Parts: sequence; structure tokens; C-alpha cells
Amino acid sequence: MKFIDEYRDPVRVQAMLRELESAATRPWVIMEICGGQTHSFLQHGLDAMLPQRIELVHGPGCPVCVTPLEQIDKAIAIARQPNVTFASYGDMLRVPGSRDDLFSARASGGDVRVVYSPLEAVEIAEKNQDREVVFFAIGFETTAPPNAAAVEQASRRRLNNFSVLVSHVCVPPAMEAILGSASCRVQAFLAAGHVCAVMGYHQYVPIAMRHHVPIVVTGFEPVDLLRGLLCAVRQLETSTARAENAYTRMVTLEGNRAAQAAIDRVFVPVDRKWRGIGLIPLSGLGLRPEFAAFDAERRFHLADVVAEESPICIAGEILQGKKKPPECSAFGTVCNPQHPLGAPMVSAEGACAAYHRYHPEAATHA
Amino acid sequence: MCLGIPGRITEITVEGALRMGTVDFGGVRKRVCLDFVPEAQIGSYVLIHVGFAISVLDEDDAAARLAAFREIEESAERLQGSA
Repeated sequence: MKFIDEYRDPVRVQAMLRELESAATRPWVIMEICGGQTHSFLQHGLDAMLPQRIELVHGPGCPVCVTPLEQIDKAIAIARQPNVTFASYGDMLRVPGSRDDLFSARASGGDVRVVYSPLEAVEIAEKNQDREVVFFAIGFETTAPPNAAAVEQASRRRLNNFSVLVSHVCVPPAMEAILGSASCRVQAFLAAGHVCAVMGYHQYVPIAMRHHVPIVVTGFEPVDLLRGLLCAVRQLETSTARAENAYTRMVTLEGNRAAQAAIDRVFVPVDRKWRGIGLIPLSGLGLRPEFAAFDAERRFHLADVVAEESPICIAGEILQGKKKPPECSAFGTVCNPQHPLGAPMVSAEGACAAYHRYHPEAATHA
Repeated sequence: MCLGIPGRITEITVEGALRMGTVDFGGVRKRVCLDFVPEAQIGSYVLIHVGFAISVLDEDDAAARLAAFREIEESAERLQGSA
């Protein structure tokens, strides 16, 4: 496919690896924020081909993984109600809540549907006006504009039976939280390319300066990932620390203004709890008061639920790049993709799921 | 979750208040929303995420970068040849 195959070319990948090998003269610890990039590194075997001096640590950029347990439990409680159709991106269905998951809600008679686009949920609401249709609006800044468009569309069509359970999160506050931790080992970041396609990368300019850390906007294909690493290493080797764009075909400094405007019309920054990490001030998006009628939490009068994580799961340390999946005593044994204890073992972007799929041998060393 | 795939716009339509269209991903076609890329035309490559185009691919930049990658490949080959 055009604009994909060129960036997977093995000769080009080898040339970039050699370039990286000669650029890295010292050991460096670099975090890729985005779980999609974690998977791409492992899927293409790049993690094993990188110069030994470069250590990758995996970041919290997996919305399915960081959606708080309480929101999952609320989703399940809503989905179990008799007159409700609950629509969600597919990844969320197997994420464990404190007792069960959305799949079990479906198995016990709940109408839980997987949608590819949030507009599909609006269409379901329009065609089934006798049912309450609730969409699980999760994701980072990449997904916020489409989810905002769905709310606006429902508002325009005056759909009284559509609402959203919102659990949006934003990258820059999480990055600041990681950098602010005393045990932070990260020396440079690969910023999530598709978040930046929407938001641009001007937000990272002050973070790079304040924390003296290179932040490199990076794409998802092997050549893109290596280009991002090469830019980060060159900055580190020259004691430079700035926000740099290594995904120029997709990302501009200012980002997509129309998409940002949609976020601003519908959402407002709110404090948000991240599963495994805890509360990060102003790290999420919630509905603006003028769209309160579309807020599923209000509509279903859900009381605050108190939820407890599995005591042996170390998802929090995994999500902050402090530990790697094989360091967990449950990895590949009591926790596996069929019976996940924590969300990173479920999601297509979770670090634990990536290691389990591409490095199954790691489980035997755990 | 934030995965996106580049595809080529083959058709643009207006449905109610939404600018919609068809995008071709190497032979597979999908209906998508083009509301966030008002500048995109038929033939433009756009990045699609959850059924929405979120960015127009800069083809000039892609061509320039590929030329730069080729230089890296050639210098790597020269190094190998001289080794």
C-alpha cells in the first residue's frame, strides 16, 4: 500500500539501523509514549535489532489500559440495563472491571455492540429511538475529535436517546507526571504521531525546555520509528533538548485546527484518574455543560463506585515505564490474554499483550 | 487505539451537516467523515482514524524524505563496500 510499504522496506530499515548504531555512542533510555508504537517495535522485531546502547521503555499511551476501573464498572452497569444498547470500540470489551467485563454483560443478555466509528453509534440511536444508546467515549486526543463530532451530530439531530460515557485522556499531562516522578529514567520521548496529527506539537516545546528532554514526534512504521529514535539520539548525544518533528508527512507544528475546534466545542479539560497511575490534574476531557444532556453518568445516576485492582498486577509500573512485563510474577502464568489481570494484557496496544504475543519465551524467565 | 491508516479519497459527498467521502486503502474502500480536512480533494491521501480523516498527507514532504532515506541507504552501501 502506498505510504506504508516504503516505510517497511527491509533495506531501508537496515540502513537506518546502521545509522543509529553509529549515532549512539553512549547508553540512552528512550520512552515511546504510544502503545501502538510499542506494538510496532515488537511486531517488526525492531526491539531486538536496536543498538544495545538504546533501551526502550514503554509509556502509558494505551487508552484502553488507562481507562479507570471505575469507568469500566460503570460501563458494565449501564450495559446490563434492559433498555440500553451499549456501543464501544472493540478493545474495551475484554478489559477486566472489578468483577467482570463487557463481554460478560453481553453474555448475560446485555445489548453490547462493537462500532468502528462513533458515528455508527449515533446511527444506531437514530434507528432505535425506543432504546437508550450509550457510547463509551474513550481515547487520547486522536479520538476526541471524532467522539466530539458524534455528540454534535446527535445534538443536531435532536436525539434524546443518545449519551456518552466519557473517559478521555490527554498526553502532555501524563508526560509531565512521568517526568516529575523521582524514579523517572526516561531521557527522551518519542511523542505519539497521531495525537500530534490532531494537536500539533507546540504543546511539547515548553515541556522539552522545562525538563531538558528531547521530544520527537514519531510515526508508526519501522522506518518512521527508527527516524524518531535517530533524531532523539542525535539530540541526546549533543545535549540538545527540543521538540522535533520526525513525522513530517502527517504532522505540523499547529496540528489540525478543525479537529481541535471540535474538541473545544464539546469538551473541557478535567482532572482524570488513570488506571494504574492515579489522578493527574487536568489530564482528561469531560463534556462541556452545554452538552450535559448527553452525559451518560448523569442520565443513569451512577453513584461513585469504589473498585479494587488485582493485588499482584503491576500495570501501574508498566504504564510508567518503571518495569517491563516479564518482570511481573503473573506475566504469562496467571495473567495471559485469555485471563488478563490488568488492562495492558488485553489491549492491542498494551505492553503486556505485546510481549506475550511477540516474546512468549519471556514468560518462562519471569 | 490511535492507529491510523493512509488512504486516497475517491469520492466526496455531503450528508446532512457532514462532509463525507469514500477512501481507498489499496483496493479496500470505506466510507469516512471528511469534516476535519476541509482542504482535502479527490485524490488526496488522508490519515483515517475511527472513520474520520484527521490529517492530509503532505506528499511533497514524503517524496523529499524518501530521497533523504535513499542517501542514507547509499552511504551505508558505500561503507559496506569499503569495509
